[in-house]
Amino acid sequence: MTVHIEKVDLPGIGVRHDLLTESGRRLAVVRYRDGDRELGVYDADDPDNCRESLRITEEEAEALADLFSASLAVSRLTKLTEETDGLYTEKITLPSDSPFVDRPLGDTKTRTRTHVSIVAIIRDRRVIASPTPGEILREGDVIVTVGTRAGLDAAARLFANGPE
Amino acid sequence: MISGAPSVNDTTIVIIEVGALLLGMSLLGRIANRLGLSPIPLYLVAGLAFGTGGILPMDTSQGFFEVGAEIGVILLLALLGLEYSADELLHGLRRSKAAGLLDAVLNALPGAAFALILGWGPAAAVAVAGICWVTSSGVAAKLLRDLGRISNRETPVILSILVIEDLAMAFYLPTVSALVIGVSLLQGAFRVAIAVAVVLVILFIALRFGPVISRLFTPDLAEPLLLGVLGLTMLVAGLAEEVSVSAAVGAFLVGIALSGRVAQSAREVLTPLRDLFAAVFFVFFGLATDASQLPQVIVPGLALATITMGTKVLTGYLAARRAGIGRPGRWRAGIGLTPRGEFSIVIAGIAAGTAPMLAPLAAVYVLITVIGATLLARLSDTAWFRRVTARKKPIPAPGV
Repeated sequence: MTVHIEKVDLPGIGVRHDLLTESGRRLAVVRYRDGDRELGVYDADDPDNCRESLRITEEEAEALADLFSASLAVSRLTKLTEETDGLYTEKITLPSDSPFVDRPLGDTKTRTRTHVSIVAIIRDRRVIASPTPGEILREGDVIVTVGTRAGLDAAARLFANGPE
Repeated sequence: MISGAPSVNDTTIVIIEVGALLLGMSLLGRIANRLGLSPIPLYLVAGLAFGTGGILPMDTSQGFFEVGAEIGVILLLALLGLEYSADELLHGLRRSKAAGLLDAVLNALPGAAFALILGWGPAAAVAVAGICWVTSSGVAAKLLRDLGRISNRETPVILSILVIEDLAMAFYLPTVSALVIGVSLLQGAFRVAIAVAVVLVILFIALRFGPVISRLFTPDLAEPLLLGVLGLTMLVAGLAEEVSVSAAVGAFLVGIALSGRVAQSAREVLTPLRDLFAAVFFVFFGLATDASQLPQVIVPGLALATITMGTKVLTGYLAARRAGIGRPGRWRAGIGLTPRGEFSIVIAGIAAGTAPMLAPLAAVYVLITVIGATLLARLSDTAWFRRVTARKKPIPAPGV
Protein backbone atom coordinates (compact mmCIF):
# COMPACT_ATOMS: atom_id res chain seq x y z
CA MET A 1 0.00 0.00 0.00
CA THR A 2 1.43 3.38 -0.94
CA VAL A 3 1.09 6.37 1.33
CA HIS A 4 0.13 9.57 -0.44
CA ILE A 5 1.46 12.78 1.05
CA GLU A 6 0.38 16.05 -0.50
CA LYS A 7 2.57 19.15 -0.30
CA VAL A 8 0.90 22.56 -0.39
CA ASP A 9 2.66 25.94 -0.37
CA LEU A 10 1.26 28.58 1.95
CA PRO A 11 2.64 31.84 0.53
CA GLY A 12 3.95 34.10 3.26
CA ILE A 13 3.47 31.40 5.90
CA GLY A 14 5.25 28.18 5.03
CA VAL A 15 4.52 24.69 3.73
CA ARG A 16 1.85 22.16 4.64
CA HIS A 17 2.09 18.40 4.20
CA ASP A 18 -1.13 16.37 4.28
CA LEU A 19 -1.58 12.70 4.91
CA LEU A 20 -4.87 10.90 4.32
CA THR A 21 -4.86 7.92 6.66
CA GLU A 22 -6.26 4.50 5.79
CA SER A 23 -9.15 5.20 8.16
CA GLY A 24 -10.09 8.22 6.03
CA ARG A 25 -8.90 10.91 8.43
CA ARG A 26 -6.55 13.68 7.49
CA LEU A 27 -3.37 14.72 9.27
CA ALA A 28 -1.24 17.76 8.48
CA VAL A 29 2.22 18.93 9.36
CA VAL A 30 2.68 22.67 8.86
CA ARG A 31 6.18 24.03 8.73
CA TYR A 32 6.26 27.78 9.26
CA ARG A 33 8.95 29.83 7.61
CA ASP A 34 10.33 30.95 10.97
CA GLY A 35 10.95 27.29 11.86
CA ASP A 36 7.87 26.57 13.98
CA ARG A 37 5.94 23.36 13.35
CA GLU A 38 2.33 22.45 13.83
CA LEU A 39 0.58 19.11 13.84
CA GLY A 40 -3.03 19.29 12.68
CA VAL A 41 -5.90 16.84 12.91
CA TYR A 42 -8.89 17.37 10.63
CA ASP A 43 -12.55 17.15 11.47
CA ALA A 44 -14.30 13.93 10.49
CA ASP A 45 -17.51 15.75 9.45
CA ASP A 46 -15.82 18.67 7.71
CA PRO A 47 -12.61 17.26 6.24
CA ASP A 48 -11.32 20.70 5.19
CA ASN A 49 -11.38 22.03 8.72
CA CYS A 50 -8.41 21.50 10.99
CA ARG A 51 -10.09 20.74 14.31
CA GLU A 52 -7.00 20.64 16.48
CA SER A 53 -3.59 22.09 15.78
CA LEU A 54 -0.69 21.63 18.12
CA ARG A 55 2.49 23.66 18.23
CA ILE A 56 5.44 21.25 18.23
CA THR A 57 8.95 22.42 19.21
CA GLU A 58 12.04 21.29 17.37
CA GLU A 59 13.01 18.89 20.19
CA GLU A 60 9.49 17.50 20.38
CA ALA A 61 9.41 16.95 16.62
CA GLU A 62 12.71 15.12 16.81
CA ALA A 63 11.53 13.00 19.74
CA LEU A 64 8.29 12.17 17.91
CA ALA A 65 10.13 11.22 14.74
CA ASP A 66 12.42 8.93 16.74
CA LEU A 67 9.50 7.47 18.63
CA PHE A 68 7.81 6.56 15.37
CA SER A 69 10.89 5.12 13.73
CA ALA A 70 11.83 3.16 16.87
CA SER A 71 8.32 1.82 17.34
CA LEU A 72 8.27 0.85 13.66
CA ALA A 73 11.50 -1.10 14.08
CA VAL A 74 10.07 -2.83 17.16
CA SER A 75 6.71 -3.61 15.54
CA ARG A 76 8.46 -5.14 12.55
CA LEU A 77 10.48 -7.28 14.93
CA THR A 78 7.43 -8.28 16.92
CA LYS A 79 5.73 -9.31 13.71
CA LEU A 80 8.77 -11.37 12.88
CA THR A 81 8.81 -13.16 16.24
CA GLU A 82 5.06 -13.75 16.16
CA GLU A 83 5.46 -15.47 12.84
CA THR A 84 8.32 -17.69 13.95
CA ASP A 85 8.01 -19.99 16.92
CA GLY A 86 10.79 -19.93 19.44
CA LEU A 87 12.34 -16.70 18.13
CA TYR A 88 12.27 -13.71 20.47
CA THR A 89 13.41 -10.14 20.41
CA GLU A 90 14.86 -8.29 23.33
CA LYS A 91 16.28 -4.83 24.03
CA ILE A 92 19.41 -5.19 26.13
CA THR A 93 20.95 -2.08 27.69
CA LEU A 94 24.74 -2.03 27.69
CA PRO A 95 25.74 -1.63 31.38
CA SER A 96 28.29 1.03 32.28
CA ASP A 97 30.75 -1.57 33.61
CA SER A 98 30.51 -3.73 30.48
CA PRO A 99 33.93 -4.68 29.06
CA PHE A 100 32.61 -3.69 25.59
CA VAL A 101 32.01 0.01 26.37
CA ASP A 102 33.91 2.08 23.78
CA ARG A 103 34.86 -1.05 21.83
CA PRO A 104 33.61 -2.05 18.39
CA LEU A 105 30.49 -4.20 18.14
CA GLY A 106 32.48 -6.87 16.27
CA ASP A 107 34.55 -7.58 19.39
CA THR A 108 31.51 -9.06 21.14
CA LYS A 109 31.32 -11.87 18.53
CA THR A 110 27.67 -12.18 19.64
CA ARG A 111 26.57 -14.19 16.62
CA THR A 112 29.38 -16.76 16.95
CA ARG A 113 29.09 -17.06 20.70
CA THR A 114 25.30 -16.99 21.25
CA HIS A 115 23.67 -17.37 17.78
CA VAL A 116 21.86 -14.09 18.41
CA SER A 117 21.50 -11.37 15.71
CA ILE A 118 21.85 -7.69 16.46
CA VAL A 119 19.25 -5.78 14.45
CA ALA A 120 19.69 -2.27 15.77
CA ILE A 121 21.25 -0.05 18.39
CA ILE A 122 19.22 2.72 19.98
CA ARG A 123 21.46 5.53 21.18
CA ASP A 124 20.22 8.88 22.55
CA ARG A 125 16.78 8.03 21.17
CA ARG A 126 18.25 7.55 17.68
CA VAL A 127 18.08 4.25 15.89
CA ILE A 128 21.15 2.78 14.23
CA ALA A 129 19.62 0.08 12.06
CA SER A 130 21.71 -2.98 11.06
CA PRO A 131 24.90 -1.74 12.76
CA THR A 132 28.22 -2.81 11.22
CA PRO A 133 30.84 -4.72 13.26
CA GLY A 134 32.91 -1.50 13.31
CA GLU A 135 30.20 0.43 15.26
CA ILE A 136 31.73 1.55 18.58
CA LEU A 137 29.48 0.67 21.53
CA ARG A 138 28.73 3.36 24.09
CA GLU A 139 27.60 3.21 27.66
CA GLY A 140 23.77 3.06 27.85
CA ASP A 141 23.31 1.81 24.26
CA VAL A 142 20.15 -0.22 23.87
CA ILE A 143 20.98 -3.25 21.73
CA VAL A 144 18.03 -4.77 19.91
CA THR A 145 18.58 -8.51 19.49
CA VAL A 146 16.75 -11.46 17.94
CA GLY A 147 17.38 -15.06 18.96
CA THR A 148 16.24 -18.07 20.95
CA ARG A 149 15.40 -17.67 24.63
CA ALA A 150 18.63 -19.34 25.71
CA GLY A 151 20.64 -17.35 23.18
CA LEU A 152 19.21 -14.04 24.38
CA ASP A 153 20.02 -14.87 28.00
CA ALA A 154 23.56 -15.76 26.97
CA ALA A 155 23.84 -12.49 25.01
CA ALA A 156 22.70 -10.45 28.05
CA ARG A 157 25.37 -12.17 30.16
CA LEU A 158 27.94 -11.60 27.41
CA PHE A 159 27.25 -7.84 27.25
CA ALA A 160 27.39 -7.51 31.04
CA ASN A 161 30.39 -9.67 31.89
CA GLY A 162 32.31 -10.36 28.70
CA PRO A 163 32.99 -13.86 27.29
CA GLU A 164 32.79 -16.61 29.88
CA MET B 1 12.88 85.95 23.08
CA ILE B 2 9.16 85.55 23.01
CA SER B 3 9.14 84.80 19.28
CA GLY B 4 11.72 82.05 19.73
CA ALA B 5 9.93 80.43 22.63
CA PRO B 6 6.92 78.96 20.82
CA SER B 7 9.04 76.63 18.67
CA VAL B 8 10.58 75.05 21.78
CA ASN B 9 7.15 74.88 23.32
CA ASP B 10 5.74 73.41 20.13
CA THR B 11 8.28 70.60 20.19
CA THR B 12 7.41 69.93 23.81
CA ILE B 13 3.71 69.93 23.01
CA VAL B 14 4.28 67.58 20.05
CA ILE B 15 6.09 65.14 22.34
CA ILE B 16 3.35 65.35 24.96
CA GLU B 17 0.60 64.89 22.37
CA VAL B 18 2.34 62.02 20.60
CA GLY B 19 3.12 60.35 23.91
CA ALA B 20 -0.44 60.63 25.15
CA LEU B 21 -1.81 59.35 21.86
CA LEU B 22 0.57 56.38 21.73
CA LEU B 23 -0.34 55.50 25.30
CA GLY B 24 -4.02 55.64 24.39
CA MET B 25 -3.39 53.52 21.28
CA SER B 26 -1.63 50.90 23.38
CA LEU B 27 -4.77 50.67 25.48
CA LEU B 28 -6.89 50.39 22.31
CA GLY B 29 -4.59 47.65 21.05
CA ARG B 30 -5.21 45.68 24.21
CA ILE B 31 -8.95 46.18 23.98
CA ALA B 32 -8.85 45.06 20.33
CA ASN B 33 -6.88 41.99 21.32
CA ARG B 34 -9.40 41.18 24.02
CA LEU B 35 -12.21 41.44 21.48
CA GLY B 36 -10.27 39.36 18.96
CA LEU B 37 -10.29 42.34 16.57
CA SER B 38 -7.55 43.82 14.45
CA PRO B 39 -6.53 47.13 16.08
CA ILE B 40 -6.83 48.99 12.75
CA PRO B 41 -10.46 50.13 13.20
CA LEU B 42 -9.77 51.35 16.73
CA TYR B 43 -6.74 53.35 15.55
CA LEU B 44 -8.93 54.95 12.88
CA VAL B 45 -11.52 55.84 15.49
CA ALA B 46 -8.82 57.34 17.73
CA GLY B 47 -7.57 59.44 14.81
CA LEU B 48 -11.09 60.60 13.96
CA ALA B 49 -11.73 61.58 17.58
CA PHE B 50 -8.62 63.73 17.83
CA GLY B 51 -8.55 65.12 14.28
CA THR B 52 -10.25 67.84 12.30
CA GLY B 53 -13.83 68.17 13.47
CA GLY B 54 -13.29 65.57 16.15
CA ILE B 55 -14.03 65.91 19.85
CA LEU B 56 -10.50 66.96 20.84
CA PRO B 57 -8.50 68.30 17.87
CA MET B 58 -4.72 67.98 18.05
CA ASP B 59 -3.17 70.35 15.55
CA THR B 60 0.35 70.77 16.84
CA SER B 61 1.58 67.27 16.11
CA GLN B 62 0.05 67.14 12.61
CA GLY B 63 3.51 67.54 11.06
CA PHE B 64 4.97 64.62 12.96
CA PHE B 65 2.05 62.41 12.05
CA GLU B 66 2.25 63.40 8.41
CA VAL B 67 5.84 62.21 8.03
CA GLY B 68 5.27 59.24 10.33
CA ALA B 69 2.27 58.16 8.27
CA GLU B 70 4.27 58.26 5.06
CA ILE B 71 6.97 56.07 6.64
CA GLY B 72 4.17 53.82 7.96
CA VAL B 73 2.86 53.15 4.45
CA ILE B 74 6.37 52.44 3.21
CA LEU B 75 7.05 49.99 6.04
CA LEU B 76 3.65 48.30 5.70
CA LEU B 77 4.32 47.56 2.06
CA ALA B 78 7.99 46.70 2.49
CA LEU B 79 7.11 44.05 5.08
CA LEU B 80 4.34 42.74 2.88
CA GLY B 81 6.91 42.34 0.11
CA LEU B 82 9.30 40.62 2.52
CA GLU B 83 6.55 38.09 3.32
CA TYR B 84 6.65 36.77 -0.22
CA SER B 85 9.50 35.39 -2.23
CA ALA B 86 9.61 36.13 -5.95
CA ASP B 87 8.90 32.46 -6.67
CA GLU B 88 5.78 32.44 -4.51
CA LEU B 89 4.48 35.46 -6.40
CA LEU B 90 5.07 33.95 -9.82
CA HIS B 91 3.67 30.56 -8.80
CA GLY B 92 0.63 32.20 -7.25
CA LEU B 93 0.07 34.23 -10.37
CA ARG B 94 0.36 31.23 -12.65
CA ARG B 95 -1.84 28.97 -10.55
CA SER B 96 -4.63 31.29 -9.52
CA LYS B 97 -5.03 33.66 -12.46
CA ALA B 98 -8.70 32.75 -12.81
CA ALA B 99 -9.48 33.28 -9.12
CA GLY B 100 -7.63 36.60 -9.18
CA LEU B 101 -9.56 37.79 -12.21
CA LEU B 102 -12.87 36.71 -10.69
CA ASP B 103 -11.91 38.55 -7.50
CA ALA B 104 -11.15 41.76 -9.39
CA VAL B 105 -14.36 41.65 -11.46
CA LEU B 106 -16.69 40.74 -8.60
CA ASN B 107 -15.36 43.30 -6.15
CA ALA B 108 -13.85 46.22 -8.04
CA LEU B 109 -16.80 46.73 -10.40
CA PRO B 110 -19.46 47.13 -7.67
CA GLY B 111 -17.19 49.67 -5.98
CA ALA B 112 -16.76 51.67 -9.18
CA ALA B 113 -20.49 51.50 -9.92
CA PHE B 114 -21.27 52.68 -6.40
CA ALA B 115 -19.01 55.74 -6.77
CA LEU B 116 -20.54 56.62 -10.14
CA ILE B 117 -24.06 56.31 -8.72
CA LEU B 118 -23.07 58.74 -5.94
CA GLY B 119 -22.09 61.11 -8.76
CA TRP B 120 -18.36 61.05 -8.10
CA GLY B 121 -15.91 61.44 -10.98
CA PRO B 122 -14.16 58.64 -12.85
CA ALA B 123 -10.93 59.04 -10.82
CA ALA B 124 -12.86 58.58 -7.58
CA ALA B 125 -14.64 55.59 -9.12
CA VAL B 126 -11.29 53.92 -9.84
CA ALA B 127 -10.24 54.62 -6.26
CA VAL B 128 -13.43 53.18 -4.72
CA ALA B 129 -13.04 50.16 -7.00
CA GLY B 130 -9.62 49.54 -5.46
CA ILE B 131 -10.86 50.16 -1.92
CA CYS B 132 -13.48 47.43 -2.38
CA TRP B 133 -11.23 45.10 -4.34
CA VAL B 134 -8.36 44.48 -1.95
CA THR B 135 -8.76 42.26 1.08
CA SER B 136 -6.56 43.24 4.00
CA SER B 137 -3.83 40.60 4.06
CA GLY B 138 -2.98 41.71 7.61
CA VAL B 139 -6.50 41.24 8.99
CA ALA B 140 -7.16 38.08 6.95
CA ALA B 141 -3.91 36.47 8.12
CA LYS B 142 -4.64 37.47 11.71
CA LEU B 143 -8.06 35.83 11.49
CA LEU B 144 -6.52 32.64 10.10
CA ARG B 145 -4.05 32.53 12.95
CA ASP B 146 -6.51 33.48 15.70
CA LEU B 147 -9.06 30.89 14.62
CA GLY B 148 -6.44 28.15 14.13
CA ARG B 149 -7.15 27.82 10.42
CA ILE B 150 -3.61 27.88 9.06
CA SER B 151 -3.74 24.13 8.41
CA ASN B 152 -7.23 24.20 6.92
CA ARG B 153 -7.51 23.01 3.38
CA GLU B 154 -9.25 26.16 2.12
CA THR B 155 -6.47 28.40 3.48
CA PRO B 156 -4.22 28.14 0.37
CA VAL B 157 -7.20 29.43 -1.66
CA ILE B 158 -7.40 32.54 0.54
CA LEU B 159 -3.63 33.04 0.51
CA SER B 160 -3.29 32.75 -3.25
CA ILE B 161 -5.99 35.39 -3.77
CA LEU B 162 -4.18 37.66 -1.30
CA VAL B 163 -0.91 37.17 -3.20
CA ILE B 164 -2.49 38.09 -6.50
CA GLU B 165 -4.21 41.15 -5.05
CA ASP B 166 -0.96 42.35 -3.49
CA LEU B 167 0.85 41.91 -6.78
CA ALA B 168 -1.98 43.64 -8.65
CA MET B 169 -1.59 46.60 -6.29
CA ALA B 170 1.91 47.11 -7.67
CA PHE B 171 0.22 48.17 -10.89
CA TYR B 172 -2.99 49.58 -9.49
CA LEU B 173 -1.47 52.09 -7.03
CA PRO B 174 0.64 53.90 -9.66
CA THR B 175 -2.43 53.99 -11.89
CA VAL B 176 -4.49 55.69 -9.19
CA SER B 177 -1.64 58.04 -8.35
CA ALA B 178 -1.46 59.06 -12.00
CA LEU B 179 -5.24 59.46 -12.34
CA VAL B 180 -5.78 61.62 -9.26
CA ILE B 181 -3.50 64.32 -10.62
CA GLY B 182 -6.50 65.07 -12.82
CA VAL B 183 -4.93 65.61 -16.20
CA SER B 184 -6.46 65.00 -19.61
CA LEU B 185 -7.26 61.48 -20.70
CA LEU B 186 -4.25 61.28 -23.03
CA GLN B 187 -1.84 62.65 -20.45
CA GLY B 188 -3.34 60.35 -17.85
CA ALA B 189 -2.85 57.33 -20.08
CA PHE B 190 0.73 58.45 -20.73
CA ARG B 191 1.43 58.76 -17.00
CA VAL B 192 -0.10 55.35 -16.30
CA ALA B 193 2.01 53.82 -19.07
CA ILE B 194 5.20 55.33 -17.58
CA ALA B 195 4.25 54.17 -14.09
CA VAL B 196 3.53 50.62 -15.25
CA ALA B 197 6.79 50.54 -17.20
CA VAL B 198 8.75 51.66 -14.13
CA VAL B 199 7.04 48.98 -12.00
CA LEU B 200 7.85 46.34 -14.60
CA VAL B 201 11.51 47.38 -14.65
CA ILE B 202 11.81 47.31 -10.84
CA LEU B 203 9.90 44.01 -10.71
CA PHE B 204 12.23 42.54 -13.31
CA ILE B 205 15.29 43.69 -11.35
CA ALA B 206 13.76 42.33 -8.12
CA LEU B 207 13.04 38.92 -9.64
CA ARG B 208 16.23 38.62 -11.66
CA PHE B 209 18.77 40.14 -9.28
CA GLY B 210 17.08 39.55 -5.91
CA PRO B 211 19.91 37.35 -4.56
CA VAL B 212 22.51 39.95 -5.59
CA ILE B 213 20.57 42.72 -3.84
CA SER B 214 20.20 40.50 -0.76
CA ARG B 215 23.96 40.05 -0.69
CA LEU B 216 24.40 43.78 -0.07
CA PHE B 217 23.26 43.13 3.49
CA THR B 218 24.41 40.84 6.24
CA PRO B 219 21.65 39.03 8.13
CA ASP B 220 23.74 38.67 11.28
CA LEU B 221 24.30 42.29 12.33
CA ALA B 222 20.94 43.67 13.42
CA GLU B 223 21.78 47.37 13.41
CA PRO B 224 23.46 47.71 10.00
CA LEU B 225 20.73 45.46 8.59
CA LEU B 226 17.96 47.64 10.03
CA LEU B 227 19.54 50.86 8.74
CA GLY B 228 20.49 49.35 5.40
CA VAL B 229 17.13 47.80 4.54
CA LEU B 230 15.22 50.81 5.83
CA GLY B 231 17.54 53.10 3.86
CA LEU B 232 17.21 51.17 0.59
CA THR B 233 13.44 50.89 1.03
CA MET B 234 12.95 54.61 1.66
CA LEU B 235 15.37 55.52 -1.13
CA VAL B 236 13.57 53.40 -3.73
CA ALA B 237 10.18 54.47 -2.36
CA GLY B 238 11.14 58.13 -2.64
CA LEU B 239 12.51 57.71 -6.16
CA ALA B 240 9.37 55.83 -7.18
CA GLU B 241 7.22 58.67 -5.83
CA GLU B 242 9.41 61.10 -7.76
CA VAL B 243 8.47 59.44 -11.07
CA SER B 244 4.83 59.28 -9.87
CA VAL B 245 4.81 55.56 -9.15
CA SER B 246 3.57 55.56 -5.58
CA ALA B 247 6.17 55.27 -2.81
CA ALA B 248 4.30 52.29 -1.40
CA VAL B 249 4.89 50.28 -4.56
CA GLY B 250 8.62 51.03 -4.54
CA ALA B 251 8.80 49.76 -0.96
CA PHE B 252 6.80 46.64 -1.84
CA LEU B 253 9.16 45.79 -4.69
CA VAL B 254 12.23 46.22 -2.47
CA GLY B 255 10.62 43.78 -0.05
CA ILE B 256 10.12 41.26 -2.84
CA ALA B 257 13.71 41.63 -4.05
CA LEU B 258 15.15 40.65 -0.66
CA SER B 259 15.12 36.94 -0.04
CA GLY B 260 16.46 34.14 2.11
CA ARG B 261 18.02 34.78 5.49
CA VAL B 262 18.35 38.51 4.83
CA ALA B 263 14.59 38.73 4.31
CA GLN B 264 13.91 36.76 7.47
CA SER B 265 16.24 38.86 9.63
CA ALA B 266 14.94 42.06 8.03
CA ARG B 267 11.39 41.01 8.91
CA GLU B 268 12.44 40.55 12.52
CA VAL B 269 14.18 43.92 12.90
CA LEU B 270 11.62 45.92 10.91
CA THR B 271 8.44 44.50 12.44
CA PRO B 272 8.49 46.64 15.62
CA LEU B 273 9.13 49.76 13.51
CA ARG B 274 6.30 48.77 11.17
CA ASP B 275 3.95 48.31 14.12
CA LEU B 276 4.75 51.80 15.38
CA PHE B 277 4.59 53.67 12.08
CA ALA B 278 1.66 51.70 10.65
CA ALA B 279 -0.30 52.63 13.79
CA VAL B 280 0.75 56.25 13.21
CA PHE B 281 -0.46 55.93 9.61
CA PHE B 282 -3.92 54.72 10.62
CA VAL B 283 -4.23 57.40 13.28
CA PHE B 284 -3.07 60.05 10.84
CA PHE B 285 -5.66 58.96 8.31
CA GLY B 286 -8.26 59.41 11.03
CA LEU B 287 -6.74 62.75 12.04
CA ALA B 288 -6.80 64.06 8.48
CA THR B 289 -10.35 62.88 7.87
CA ASP B 290 -13.10 65.31 8.78
CA ALA B 291 -14.98 63.51 11.53
CA SER B 292 -17.93 65.88 11.28
CA GLN B 293 -18.76 64.33 7.89
CA LEU B 294 -18.97 60.82 9.25
CA PRO B 295 -22.72 60.76 9.93
CA GLN B 296 -23.41 61.43 6.26
CA VAL B 297 -21.38 58.44 5.06
CA ILE B 298 -22.60 55.85 7.54
CA VAL B 299 -25.54 54.73 5.41
CA PRO B 300 -23.59 54.65 2.09
CA GLY B 301 -20.71 52.96 3.93
CA LEU B 302 -23.00 50.28 5.32
CA ALA B 303 -24.55 49.71 1.90
CA LEU B 304 -21.17 49.47 0.17
CA ALA B 305 -19.82 47.18 2.88
CA THR B 306 -22.84 44.87 2.68
CA ILE B 307 -22.67 44.61 -1.11
CA THR B 308 -18.93 44.07 -1.38
CA MET B 309 -18.69 41.73 1.59
CA GLY B 310 -21.32 39.66 -0.22
CA THR B 311 -19.31 39.69 -3.45
CA LYS B 312 -16.15 38.74 -1.52
CA VAL B 313 -17.92 35.79 0.07
CA LEU B 314 -19.03 34.76 -3.42
CA THR B 315 -15.44 35.14 -4.71
CA GLY B 316 -14.02 32.94 -1.96
CA TYR B 317 -16.89 30.45 -2.26
CA LEU B 318 -16.38 29.98 -6.00
CA ALA B 319 -12.58 29.86 -5.76
CA ALA B 320 -12.73 27.26 -2.97
CA ARG B 321 -15.27 25.21 -4.94
CA ARG B 322 -12.89 25.15 -7.90
CA ALA B 323 -10.18 23.89 -5.54
CA GLY B 324 -12.41 20.99 -4.48
CA ILE B 325 -13.20 22.29 -0.99
CA GLY B 326 -16.40 21.18 0.77
CA ARG B 327 -19.34 23.46 1.51
CA PRO B 328 -18.37 24.69 5.01
CA GLY B 329 -14.83 25.34 3.80
CA ARG B 330 -16.13 27.43 0.89
CA TRP B 331 -18.03 29.65 3.31
CA ARG B 332 -14.97 29.97 5.52
CA ALA B 333 -12.84 30.98 2.53
CA GLY B 334 -15.41 33.55 1.41
CA ILE B 335 -15.88 35.12 4.83
CA GLY B 336 -12.13 35.04 5.46
CA LEU B 337 -11.64 37.33 2.47
CA THR B 338 -14.17 40.01 3.51
CA PRO B 339 -12.04 42.33 5.70
CA ARG B 340 -10.60 45.38 3.94
CA GLY B 341 -7.89 47.30 5.71
CA GLU B 342 -4.49 48.79 5.12
CA PHE B 343 -4.59 48.86 1.31
CA SER B 344 -8.04 50.44 1.22
CA ILE B 345 -6.79 53.16 3.56
CA VAL B 346 -3.62 53.62 1.48
CA ILE B 347 -5.75 54.02 -1.67
CA ALA B 348 -8.12 56.41 0.09
CA GLY B 349 -5.10 58.40 1.30
CA ILE B 350 -3.78 58.75 -2.25
CA ALA B 351 -7.16 59.60 -3.75
CA ALA B 352 -8.63 61.66 -0.89
CA GLY B 353 -8.67 64.74 -3.12
CA THR B 354 -10.91 63.22 -5.82
CA ALA B 355 -14.09 63.40 -3.75
CA PRO B 356 -14.61 65.14 -0.40
CA MET B 357 -16.51 62.18 1.03
CA LEU B 358 -14.00 59.55 -0.10
CA ALA B 359 -11.81 59.49 3.03
CA PRO B 360 -14.69 59.39 5.56
CA LEU B 361 -16.39 56.71 3.45
CA ALA B 362 -13.21 54.61 3.38
CA ALA B 363 -12.81 54.93 7.15
CA VAL B 364 -16.39 53.82 7.80
CA TYR B 365 -16.10 51.08 5.20
CA VAL B 366 -12.91 49.60 6.69
CA LEU B 367 -14.41 49.84 10.17
CA ILE B 368 -17.53 47.91 9.15
CA THR B 369 -15.76 45.24 7.10
CA VAL B 370 -13.11 44.50 9.74
CA ILE B 371 -15.63 44.23 12.58
CA GLY B 372 -18.14 42.40 10.35
CA ALA B 373 -15.55 39.94 9.07
CA THR B 374 -14.31 39.18 12.57
CA LEU B 375 -17.83 38.46 13.80
CA LEU B 376 -18.82 36.46 10.70
CA ALA B 377 -15.62 34.41 10.81
CA ARG B 378 -16.41 33.33 14.35
CA LEU B 379 -20.01 32.68 13.40
CA SER B 380 -18.89 30.34 10.61
CA ASP B 381 -17.29 28.07 13.21
CA THR B 382 -20.54 27.50 15.08
CA ALA B 383 -22.56 24.32 14.73
CA TRP B 384 -25.62 26.38 13.84
CA PHE B 385 -23.89 27.97 10.84
CA ARG B 386 -22.71 24.60 9.59
CA ARG B 387 -26.20 23.20 9.82
CA VAL B 388 -27.71 26.13 7.96
CA THR B 389 -25.10 26.16 5.17
CA ALA B 390 -25.20 22.39 4.79
CA ARG B 391 -28.98 22.51 4.40
CA LYS B 392 -28.87 24.93 1.47
CA LYS B 393 -28.61 22.20 -1.09
CA PRO B 394 -30.11 18.74 -0.67
CA ILE B 395 -27.31 16.38 0.23
CA PRO B 396 -27.33 13.09 -1.67
CA ALA B 397 -29.15 10.57 0.53
CA PRO B 398 -26.72 8.70 2.76
CA GLY B 399 -26.21 5.03 2.00
CA VAL B 400 -28.06 3.65 5.01
